[in-house]
Amino acid sequence: MPQTTTPAILHLTLNGEPRTASAGETVADLLRALNLPRETVAVERNRDVVRRADHATTALADGDVIELVQFVGGGA
Amino acid sequence: MTTQDWTPQGDTWTLAGRTFSSRLLVGTGKYPSLEMQREAILQSGAEIVTVAVRRVDLSGKTGPTVLDALDRQRHTLLPNTAGCYSADEAVRTARLAREVGMGDLVKLEVIGDPMTLFPDNQATLAAAKILVAEGFSVLPYCSDDPIICLKLAEIGCVAVMPLGAPIGSGLGIRNPYNLKIILEQATVPVLVDAGVGTASDAAIALELGCSAVLMNTAIASAQQPVAMAIAMRQAVEAGRLAFRAGRIEKRLYANASSPITGLIG
Repeated sequence: MPQTTTPAILHLTLNGEPRTASAGETVADLLRALNLPRETVAVERNRDVVRRADHATTALADGDVIELVQFVGGGA
Repeated sequence: MTTQDWTPQGDTWTLAGRTFSSRLLVGTGKYPSLEMQREAILQSGAEIVTVAVRRVDLSGKTGPTVLDALDRQRHTLLPNTAGCYSADEAVRTARLAREVGMGDLVKLEVIGDPMTLFPDNQATLAAAKILVAEGFSVLPYCSDDPIICLKLAEIGCVAVMPLGAPIGSGLGIRNPYNLKIILEQATVPVLVDAGVGTASDAAIALELGCSAVLMNTAIASAQQPVAMAIAMRQAVEAGRLAFRAGRIEKRLYANASSPITGLIG
């Protein structure tokens, strides 16, 4: 097996801001660390939606660009 | 004589396979407080309520959200892509909205210019094609242009939402004649979205034959939002009923409504 070089610290861009996470952390771990409700927050990772059912199995990777959104008041 | 049901409940309309009796759709922005928003939306009678999609606040501040002011049993959520300036952003926003709300309705907005907030019709059409293919029920905000409305309906949008005037302007229905043409050609519900300032503007949209009207600022930024919500509900009901009743033709000269015979000498 070739050695994969997974850094111990992952550098993410989260809602436009830099953030770090530990290797092995998943999307679900990130939401838990941020104390965000899973049922009202949607996650985009590198421009693709991560379905709620996949949060716990989607591992974060170094360089990931993550967007976390919710509904807010607005009309047009 | 058969009695006809003239109530809004007896005059439902259908959007993406769902049946509604209220013809007033409202937004959730700009209210002075969530409490006032809740009461205004309740009094408006609206069954469809639009919400925006934004990044969560990661600063740790938590509080009630827009969803806390809505009754999910009563209100169908219509997420919007407000603030998007490209088809790509709008498509990504719509996909995220579906993930939050678990519904396939989306009010598609691709804005072309920050001063007017006029839609970029070409980008809107491009985004609509992608979203329709992905199973969304797309309600596009567009110009009051019969051609773009036709194209949007042709590619599978469930409704079209031509503007009455710029978003938040309160200028009312600036081109009722274009709306008439759009309505004559329509194969899907036509909703006026944006521009309504006061009750008479909403009534005009319905009198012309629009299926419904969507507004936010006119209610939320009125001095008394709850009172304006009631006024809008009544105006929409009145406008719709006037449309169903069939108005008289306009004429240049008078046409007396009292008998012209039997006048005293």
